[in-house]
Amino acid sequence: MPPATGGGLAESELRPRRGRCGHQAARAAGWDVAATAAARNPKRPARGSRRFETASRWALLALVTLLSFATRFHRLDEPPHICWDETHFGKMGSYYINRTFFFDVHPPLGKMLIGLAGYLSGYDGTFLFQKPGDKYEHHSYMGMRGFCAFLGSWLVPFAYLTVLDLSKSLSAALLTAALLTFDTGCLTLSQYILLDPILMFFIMAAMLSMVKYNSCADRPFSAPWWFWLSLTGVSLAGALGVKFVGLFIILQVGLNTIADLWYLFGDLSLSLVTMGKHVTARVLCLIVLPLALYTATFAVHFMVLSKSGPGDGFFSSAFQARLSGNNLHNASIPEHLAYGSVITVKNLQMAIGYLHSHRHLYPEGIGARQQQVTTYLHKDYNNLWIIKKHNTNSDPLDPSFPVEFVRHGDIIRLEHKETSRNLHSHYHEAPLTRKHYQVTGYGINGTGDSNDFWRIEVVNRKFGNQIKVLRSRIRLIHLVTGCVLGSSGKVLPKWGWEQLEVTCTPYLKETLNSIWNVEDHINPKLPNISLNVLQPSFPEILLESHMVMIWGNNGLKPKDNEFTSKPWHWPINYQGLRFSGVNDTDFRVYLLGNPVVWWLNLLSIALYLLSGSIIAIAMQRGTRVPAEVAGLSQVLLRGGGQVLLGWMLHYFPFFLMGRCHPPGLGRQQVSLLSSALGILWDTLLRLCAWGLASWPLARGIHVVGILSLLLGTAYSFYLFHPLAYGMVGPLAQDPQSPMAGLRWLDSWEF
Amino acid sequence: MWGFLKRPLVVTADINLHLVALTGMGLLSRLWQLTYPRAVVFDEVYYGQYISFYMKRIFFLDDSGPPFGHMVLALGGYLGGFDGNFLWNRIGAEYTSNVPVWSLRLLPALAGALSVPMAYQIVLELRFSHCAAVGAALLMLIENALITQSRLMLLESVLIFFNLLAVLSYLKFFNCQKLSPFSLSWWFWLTLTGVACSCAVGVKYMGVFTYLLMLVVAAVHAWHLIGDQTLSNVRVFCHLLARAVALLVIPAVLYLLFFYIHLIVLFRSGPHDQIMSSAFQASLEGGLARITQGQPLEVAFGSQVTLRSVFGKPVPCWLHSHQNTYPMIYENGRGSSHQQQVTCYPFKDVNNWWIVKDPRRHQLVVSSPPRPVRHGDMVQLVHGMTARSLNTHDVAAPMSPHSQEVSCYIDYNISMPAQNLWRLEIVNRRSDTEVWKTILSEVRFVHVNTSAVLKLSGAHLPDWGFRQLEIVGEKLSRGYHESTVWNVEEHRYGTSQEQKEREWELNSPVQVDASRNLSFMARFSELQWRMLVLRSDDSEHKYSSSPLEWVTLDTNIAYWLHPRTSAQIHLLGNIVIWVSGSLALAVYTLLFLWYLLRRRRNVHDLPQDAWLRWVLAGALCAGGWAVNYLPFFLMEKTLFLYHYLPALTFQILLLPVVLQHISDHLCRSQLQRSVFGALVVAWYSSACHVSNTLRPLTYGDKSLSPEELKALRWKDSWDILIRKH
Repeated sequence: MPPATGGGLAESELRPRRGRCGHQAARAAGWDVAATAAARNPKRPARGSRRFETASRWALLALVTLLSFATRFHRLDEPPHICWDETHFGKMGSYYINRTFFFDVHPPLGKMLIGLAGYLSGYDGTFLFQKPGDKYEHHSYMGMRGFCAFLGSWLVPFAYLTVLDLSKSLSAALLTAALLTFDTGCLTLSQYILLDPILMFFIMAAMLSMVKYNSCADRPFSAPWWFWLSLTGVSLAGALGVKFVGLFIILQVGLNTIADLWYLFGDLSLSLVTMGKHVTARVLCLIVLPLALYTATFAVHFMVLSKSGPGDGFFSSAFQARLSGNNLHNASIPEHLAYGSVITVKNLQMAIGYLHSHRHLYPEGIGARQQQVTTYLHKDYNNLWIIKKHNTNSDPLDPSFPVEFVRHGDIIRLEHKETSRNLHSHYHEAPLTRKHYQVTGYGINGTGDSNDFWRIEVVNRKFGNQIKVLRSRIRLIHLVTGCVLGSSGKVLPKWGWEQLEVTCTPYLKETLNSIWNVEDHINPKLPNISLNVLQPSFPEILLESHMVMIWGNNGLKPKDNEFTSKPWHWPINYQGLRFSGVNDTDFRVYLLGNPVVWWLNLLSIALYLLSGSIIAIAMQRGTRVPAEVAGLSQVLLRGGGQVLLGWMLHYFPFFLMGRCHPPGLGRQQVSLLSSALGILWDTLLRLCAWGLASWPLARGIHVVGILSLLLGTAYSFYLFHPLAYGMVGPLAQDPQSPMAGLRWLDSWEF
Repeated sequence: MWGFLKRPLVVTADINLHLVALTGMGLLSRLWQLTYPRAVVFDEVYYGQYISFYMKRIFFLDDSGPPFGHMVLALGGYLGGFDGNFLWNRIGAEYTSNVPVWSLRLLPALAGALSVPMAYQIVLELRFSHCAAVGAALLMLIENALITQSRLMLLESVLIFFNLLAVLSYLKFFNCQKLSPFSLSWWFWLTLTGVACSCAVGVKYMGVFTYLLMLVVAAVHAWHLIGDQTLSNVRVFCHLLARAVALLVIPAVLYLLFFYIHLIVLFRSGPHDQIMSSAFQASLEGGLARITQGQPLEVAFGSQVTLRSVFGKPVPCWLHSHQNTYPMIYENGRGSSHQQQVTCYPFKDVNNWWIVKDPRRHQLVVSSPPRPVRHGDMVQLVHGMTARSLNTHDVAAPMSPHSQEVSCYIDYNISMPAQNLWRLEIVNRRSDTEVWKTILSEVRFVHVNTSAVLKLSGAHLPDWGFRQLEIVGEKLSRGYHESTVWNVEEHRYGTSQEQKEREWELNSPVQVDASRNLSFMARFSELQWRMLVLRSDDSEHKYSSSPLEWVTLDTNIAYWLHPRTSAQIHLLGNIVIWVSGSLALAVYTLLFLWYLLRRRRNVHDLPQDAWLRWVLAGALCAGGWAVNYLPFFLMEKTLFLYHYLPALTFQILLLPVVLQHISDHLCRSQLQRSVFGALVVAWYSSACHVSNTLRPLTYGDKSLSPEELKALRWKDSWDILIRKH
């Protein structure tokens, strides 16, 4: 079996190259291929009706686009308050407008675009976006919602064109468009300030341009070929720039490209030089171009966000030095650590934060009832520690004493500045990591016991060296037990204010969790040096921000007893998500896929697998079939397979991610799935029609089938549209509610 | 039939002396001084306690793997007449005289020894030369890590044995396929493949990876078979059916059989009972069964019950109430209803008893005949000792302020009416009129007024609540969660009218009668499910390591140290073999890609049959390595070096394959071939030398001086124990 792409290349070599370029040319070519592929009914339209055919096709496209825009923009301004995650993404948009630095687990492009849309539409970034349900009042929010709806609306024409190209069948494309337009879930997601419509836009754009460039495969290096290839690259960069979920579409394009190259490589008429050109073109457009664009979005991100903000603590000291307003920006501090210095100590592991203590004790039953020591991500007075000699309690800042520097291997005591307690450890088990020792604050006014002594060591340095601020990677070793001060990175329960656990680990393994650096350093007796030498280069900050994002993504764990959705919930439409409103008087929006569409999807996957395997086995057995059926099978296996592969790539990896998924995640698959569905039903009906009856009746069956599917979805949309456009009135449990009969599953809560 | 009268009976034995010699050497290396050290070594402390449980027939739950592996070890104990009386509490403890150390360690050691001749046969069946096959076996023989791991009561060697057996029997089957399909040996090897796969899965879940690999290889071969148009449709169908039965049905049945034996053997209640459901516990001898035997099955109005949370997290507990009330004002300033506390209590107590009351009647006894409670019925739950009824209302719960407080209602004569009606929902009902059954029914209580569900929040109450667990009313709308599900554990029909009498009745033990049995499938599915979801704390271990460290052998595990001398046992591989195994893999991959690309351009470097052999060897050996190694990168549990051993065996099989290929196809002249052969011999002697040098750490039989130990510390990351004097 030839690979899934570039079919008909050998034969098309014989055809003259076409001079025309652009959209029109590609479409015309697509038609031609279809005609030769014998996928059509034997009664092909005559040459004369070609123009009519083309015109009607354009008209249909316009109609589909119009319908999509109409549904997405209908009642866009309602409800005039924050819905669900708008509180995050709207807020992040505001951060861009205010240019304050923040931290988020997703790459910046999506939020940057939201910010840009807000900026252009006159939003001034002053709305706080505190919690869902807050009224927007006079703030202009329509620009941002409109932008998301605009991108979301393009999904339908994209899917339409993709399927048209894959199946060469108008009815399949039309069915796809209808399914997608009338899916309430897709509709709801497109109407609010969220990343999902932006992400889906890029994913579908990548899919469309990939399919288009596949159909240009007979004319390599022509203008449309380059156009679609580079457009694929651009869309990939966009998808990855919005969320890391974009990696899956990259994977799909990658697989497609490998299959494509493999096919070309087997074509012995192509010289190795031509082959090299093919590879280079793909590397340029699908790797270099997206990477450059992706990096560019980060460059813009860092350029725009130049002010200190809530995200500072997640990043290293050097990184913070470039944010204006941060205390490290243009700062000058003493270079070497001396006794009596007031310092903050930061963990080198990503997003652990500063060594911290506060006037709260460990609760009873958890180690000794002494003062808590934690790590804290934000800057705070409680992060300040004074470095003292272990054996004297005299104030080293007394001007009569000479300055004495701390050296590698010295035995020191760290006194918490606000509470005057010493950093202390002992043979009690740590609160969460049971095999480590507990770290506490102990002693009164700096007088404690020998468990307060720590040996300070610089990693990879000789004994006796001085310790540099920010640069030296230090380790604190507890003298009595020999353990190393570290942070486990686990979040303490409520009694610890959800700060991170600090432990003393007896396992002397080299991990960043037990390595610290000194960040702030105050010592009036020492001369200051400027910190500008620390400014990191762009590749460094790019790398660091990615490390922090990956860390953040791994850290998304469900909290106690939180209800989360599981991947298997999604395709069966097990539960929806309340976007806004709970009670019967509220304006309620409920994110739930149109069950008719979704369950049809499920059915079609089963049917696809069944029919696909029957066809594959028949082909492998070498069964002879009429050309017409062979053509349809090709469409089913290749076109449908490609879309289904996309769905699988966007769905199954979620099973491997053992972390929480907020209910309603993973909706983007529906768009891909619907496309597969469109092809499938159309082909199945055609096959069915062909198998069942003689020619005139067959056409009838096909038309009736398509029409009933179209009307069915439209009617179900009519039934379920209040979910997306909002409803007021009694809850669906109430028999008087208009939605009463529609609560088909107990887990739906509208 | 009477042929033997006419012709003499002749037995021709074909004995491959190589095979015999390899087996002998394997046995020698693995069985030599097997009882030394006569002390608990490393994970023996872990597996040993399960052996003891088997010997004593006590039920246990272990999430590390299915029961077959434990049963193999226990079989050794059974054969040696072990009575299970040994306290497995620390590594290094001396075995008492009743522990048959030799027979306990015998089966893993035999499995390890037999891996050596099997490696020989696998390479031979891959159609590589006799010389390569002997090479593979010799490498297995001198691999220190494999020797160490097979000589102890550990499961890796058993897993490796079944992995190799699966590969070997599939290859035998595949080679039969060309000559004589559906012959006796064809059937034998096909079935043995399925059996070996299922045993591998039964020893450790890791065996699934090898099983999947075999399935994929079999599927690819079956696909070729479908494409073979010389076969008739019926014949193809028969082929597919035979494979499906042998590779899918037989393993599934065997897997169930392991559990069946496991559950038959372990019939006594034990320390892990609490994790299981009440129904499961009731099926074990002793424990809960002693109490629940003879309880009435159907809960009726007037029944006295204890309600256990099905979720059982953080601890299994029962719905509980006591005289104390919620504090008027909490620490954080919020107010409460000041009514009687309702909690979940992890111990048996008379205060766990509740009476199911019909809201329409006043009596608290069971009428005659009893009126059973059905799904959807309205009930009140009256606390036995205080006679107050379970209530919830729109007051924030103490620890989870977003949920409702649950209390036992005290009438303070303020404008806070009692809201004590609950609707019973049987979650696992078959019909909508199902009767509420003791132990078997899993029920939810939905509050009638607020449609909140009775739920265990998982939070501990502070001192005023005696650190018991918090119970809240959660809005129904949040979907199904196990923490909202309860079942009746102890049950009796209430007979006493007066409160005094009733208190006496509640304090008396429940009567005893007949027992109820769960079907095997129900017990199996529950046990399997609990094993899969049971999460032991992700404990950090001194010798835990990450998969990246395994390939280059950057880590080791100290298994045992002699209490007085410095004799010690380490899991430490033969570094020459590990490094060359990884190199061979890299060479294989590069060569394979090179050939593949060249073939695509119609340049055939290898003859077709050599190419097919090359691909099959790669699919099984390199593929075996990949499926047994790469998944560890996705796992979050604590990993140890010994997890790499199955992957390593596949790498060892690949080594001679690659060497022979280089010698046959890449060495162009006889001279080059001879030089290459000499190099291989030199390389193998260096491996032998390394193996011999590390031998004291493998067998632990020789006490080395600190200097010698330091000299063995070839990598800084190796942790070799040196006594300070």
